[in-house]
Amino acid sequence: MIVVNDLCKSFDGRLVLDSITATFEKGKTNLIIGQSGSGKTVLLKCIVGLHEIDGGVIFYNDTRFDNLDFNQKKKIRQKIGMLFQGAALFDSATVEENVMFPLDMFTEMTHEEKLERVNFCLKRVNILNSNHLYPAEISGGMKKRVAIARAIALNPEFLFCDEPNSGLDPKTAVVIDQLIKEITEEYNITTIINTHDMNSVMGIGDKVIFIHQGKKWWEGSKDNILDSDNKELNEFVFSTELTRKIKGL
Amino acid sequence: MKLLSAIELFGEYILLLKKVFSKPEKRKVYYQQTLKEIEKLGLQSVGIVTIISVFMGAVITLQTAYNMENPFIPTYLIGLGTRDSMLLEFSSTVIGLILAGKVGSNIASEIGTMRVTEQIDALEIMGINSASYLILPKIVATVFFNPFLSILSMIVGITGGWLVGVFTGVVSTQEYLDGVQYAFIPFYITYALIKTVVFAFLITTISAFYGYRVQGGSLEVGRASTQAVVMSSIFILLFNLILTQLLLS
Ligand SMILES: Nc1ncnc2c1ncn2[C@@H]1O[C@H](COP(=O)(O)OP(=O)(O)OP(=O)(O)O)[C@@H](O)[C@H]1O
Ligand SMILES: [Mg+2]
Repeated sequence: MIVVNDLCKSFDGRLVLDSITATFEKGKTNLIIGQSGSGKTVLLKCIVGLHEIDGGVIFYNDTRFDNLDFNQKKKIRQKIGMLFQGAALFDSATVEENVMFPLDMFTEMTHEEKLERVNFCLKRVNILNSNHLYPAEISGGMKKRVAIARAIALNPEFLFCDEPNSGLDPKTAVVIDQLIKEITEEYNITTIINTHDMNSVMGIGDKVIFIHQGKKWWEGSKDNILDSDNKELNEFVFSTELTRKIKGL
Repeated sequence: MKLLSAIELFGEYILLLKKVFSKPEKRKVYYQQTLKEIEKLGLQSVGIVTIISVFMGAVITLQTAYNMENPFIPTYLIGLGTRDSMLLEFSSTVIGLILAGKVGSNIASEIGTMRVTEQIDALEIMGINSASYLILPKIVATVFFNPFLSILSMIVGITGGWLVGVFTGVVSTQEYLDGVQYAFIPFYITYALIKTVVFAFLITTISAFYGYRVQGGSLEVGRASTQAVVMSSIFILLFNLILTQLLLS
């Protein structure tokens, strides 16, 4: 479980996150939704400590995270898997080496054991026969899937995904969403996903937090998001002509 | 204002070095990285160092020869002139400047690209000290390998002078070799190697610094790599002056 309390963050005097308080539950897919530029990525990066926060507290289970030093954070970070918006695979390493990297750094496994784990993770994300290709040689969707494989290589306790299915075709997008949900439930992971895709929300939104103008505007689940009477949320959810017609707006 | 930001920049540089020289996470991985960097930053510079040195040795020989109109000046001074130019300035300072262009821009753009594509964030998230992981192997590789490049440059340069001298008939082999051995001060080699090691450190750390602090996109990466080359070159010239005063006075 991850808890953030009163989290604030500004860049050069411009407030991007305004007092965000939220709880992200274990074994569930917690979604952060909001318009482009609303601060989703910044929120995620604050939670994992890539951005210094200006105020508030962050707890990983019972450990306060935000005031730890690098070495103490390191212990928690080894339990974190993260999928970046642009996949962030290491350009100079092959698919196999990318997924093996965390194992190289943090385990004492033999090469065979590592290889077995790598192949297991790659199979899990449906990447076959591409072990020796470089990131520049695979498609965008494949990059995301390899990045997921790398993120789960060490069996993380916390998984962060920044727009896991943006830029993918609808079918692959669903596959990736389902994959993340399955992994989350199977290994009882605390998963936080940034998205602005309503299909993802309706597919895997166990818990949904809507960010608007840097504030937490609404919180709920996929079951009650369609009949909320929050104006800004409705504008976000029913932003297309089709959905407006269905809702009768 | 300019001075203040220069001091700030220097402070940032020192802080980065502090991060770089903290205890390595996993020696084996660092060792492998260092070998890779020796190949990339060192072995791949052998060609350019050889070509430039052979031509410069040849040109210095011809220039010395054609400037000695006075028949009372002994011709063996040609060999001596080439030797001392190669040892004192060329093999360390000029090679240093050339490597600042080749290796410096390579380091800055590699690390800068990793920064803007979030690969550095990906390392940090795993709990890896990205500065140390990325930069330390490069420092070790260049500080260890550049002295060999410097020695190579001396040998090849003097050989180039000999070849062109004999070929054009401005000096005989015997006279040239006499000159090369005449009043030889072994400390000049030590002096050149000390300079080379310091320049290697400067090139690598300054370029890595500019790459590491890139913010933005590919445009900024390009700018950082230009800055890296310019600043490395300036500091090489500055330290050339300082070290010469310290070591030869
Ligand atoms: N490093 C930074 N420096 C300054 N401002 C930043 C920085 N990172 C983000 N911002 C600002 O913070 C705001 C929120 O950005 P963020 O990347 O979190 O949006 P987002 O919700 O993830 O959008 P998208 O869906 O397009 O990814 C933007 O206005 C952006 O300009
Ligand atoms: Mg984003």
